[in-house]
Amino acid sequence: MASEIFIVAYDGIDRGPVDYAATRARANGASLCLVHVLLWSPYSFLTPEELEERKMRRRQELDRAKSVLVDPIVAELKATGLDVEGEIRFGSPAPVVLDVAKEKNACQIFVGRSGKSGLENKIFGSVTIGLAQAAPIPTVIVP
Amino acid sequence: MRLPGRSLLPSVLILLSAAPALAQEAEDQSNTASVDAMVSGVVGPVTKPFVDFIFAEIPGIDLPWIVLWLITAAAIFTVYFGFVQFRMVPHAIQLVRGHYTSPDAAGEVTHFQALATAVSGTVGLGNIAGVAVAVSVGGPGATFWMILSGLLGMASKFTECTLGVKYRTEYEDGRVSGGPMHYLKKGMAEIGHSAFGKFLAACFAIFAVLASWGGGNMFQANQAHSQLVVITGGDASFLADRGWITGLVMAVVVFLVIVGGIKSIARVTEKLVPFMGILYLVAALIVIIANFDQIGAAFAEIFEGAFTGLGVAGGLIGALIQGLRRATFSNEAGIGSAAIAHSAVQTKHPVTEGFVSMLEPFIDTVIICTATALVITISGVLQQDPATGLYVWDEAAGQIATANNLSGVELTSAAFGTRITWFPYVLALAVVLFAFSTMISWSYYGVKAWCFLFGDNYTSELIYKLLFCLFVVLGAAVSLGAVLDFSDASLFAMGIFNIIGLYFLMPIVKREMTTYMAKLKGGEIPKYPKSAAVSGSAA
Repeated sequence: MASEIFIVAYDGIDRGPVDYAATRARANGASLCLVHVLLWSPYSFLTPEELEERKMRRRQELDRAKSVLVDPIVAELKATGLDVEGEIRFGSPAPVVLDVAKEKNACQIFVGRSGKSGLENKIFGSVTIGLAQAAPIPTVIVP
Repeated sequence: MRLPGRSLLPSVLILLSAAPALAQEAEDQSNTASVDAMVSGVVGPVTKPFVDFIFAEIPGIDLPWIVLWLITAAAIFTVYFGFVQFRMVPHAIQLVRGHYTSPDAAGEVTHFQALATAVSGTVGLGNIAGVAVAVSVGGPGATFWMILSGLLGMASKFTECTLGVKYRTEYEDGRVSGGPMHYLKKGMAEIGHSAFGKFLAACFAIFAVLASWGGGNMFQANQAHSQLVVITGGDASFLADRGWITGLVMAVVVFLVIVGGIKSIARVTEKLVPFMGILYLVAALIVIIANFDQIGAAFAEIFEGAFTGLGVAGGLIGALIQGLRRATFSNEAGIGSAAIAHSAVQTKHPVTEGFVSMLEPFIDTVIICTATALVITISGVLQQDPATGLYVWDEAAGQIATANNLSGVELTSAAFGTRITWFPYVLALAVVLFAFSTMISWSYYGVKAWCFLFGDNYTSELIYKLLFCLFVVLGAAVSLGAVLDFSDASLFAMGIFNIIGLYFLMPIVKREMTTYMAKLKGGEIPKYPKSAAVSGSAA
């Protein structure tokens, strides 16, 4: 039987939720999936030059996120014997995390309280609130 | 690229700041308008033979051959592709909405983005000022021909944008570049006309560079300046006859973006332009609805004028020429420019971008240009003889008589002002933004063409960009007539070489279309649920 899967929404800055989820996963014998979302909208407006460079930038953004943010943590946690994988995707954070959770058939989501400034979150809503509102599975908000 | 740009900044700013001093000197010598007259005097004789050639009339029917060339091509593509512009619009809208975008492509250029960028390159002063010229010179009947040209032009756009994607070049580093230079060279080589293809590509590139300085730049700067003069007090304005001031300010901002690499300015503009477009349309609707009792009469005039002229000097032909000329100037169908912007899209089937690109002339001409034309017709700014219902022709100005001899953007502004008195101020902002976004797009088209001709390196690019900035100043300083003729001529000249290539390559587009349609019917083109399209996998 496959073990339970925990999703961690990792913003690349706040290690808190990752470490907490790792502890819980170890206790439960679950595996961990680290999801990092690169902010992107299919409806944003770009200049012709940005269109030309989009593919290149996408590649660079992916490489950077992989080598700097996700891979080191995955390697570190793997070294402790945990079953971990990393996912980097483009899109709007909350829906993407939910998509991954659905795909992986995850049973729990871990997310940090908030990364951005208070004002921005008040206007646009935060990823945390978005997940708490829309997640069909238990979501742990790590302070 | 950014760093050398920055280090160059101070020296060029010093150069630019010397320009007003020179201009001031010139002004002191013979008071007002001397700079404008001087520039017109230098530019006019150089451009005249070229302009005369492009607009040479076919003997016997008084119709410039270039207009016939463009409209014939559009009509041929329309028939050849089985009225694709009417059949495939619903599918194009689905493509734009991302229904067929694979989640794996998240982070790549979407159909929506390619379309949005292309539209903000085409929606410019052509839609606001160009249409005013069409309606005041050709009468309201010009609107009919404009709409017809927009609808037919959708087929030209379809052809060139499909080819733009099919023959684009994808560089090792991930950059994607396409457009007529690429498909004329590669596509023609593929069908065994390598040398001829190279020749067409080079000719296209030469005129693309010229057009990027003309229609994509000088005309925009010129009309943006005119509107600024209108809102700052007309003839009494400080800016009146000082086009170089507006030009210089715009040139500095353009310089900061295209040479200095300050993308935030461009990004802000790109975001504001769509809202300005919507605001413009809403204002047009308000003016039209406020005069709802005249809507019927306006349409009657548009149809009647299309075939009789309603007292306009050129009659039917006058309306036709103006309508087709200004529509083409605005939507650039058959010209090849938009294929450059469209070609960066992420798609497995080039023809999908062809479908999407058809929405561009529709938005640009059938919607926005028509809105402008209706507002001008309905507002009553064009003087009519109450007894006969015919328009009063102003021989000296060469257009329908208007109060205070208005033309171009000033006329559009006055038309909106009849109902919404403060709108000219909003229009000024819209005009400056439209002008600016069109300039940014065209500077890109131009630099691609320039590098095709002179090599893809930093120095060559920089020379082009500095010249581009210089033309912003010139454009704002010279009179509308000189700018308009040169802008049109260079833009239309691109269409000569592009369309020759399109005729050769259209069977390839047809094959692409047939294959895709068969797959679409057979359910081989996968559809994706909405949420996945926004959040695709990439790792």
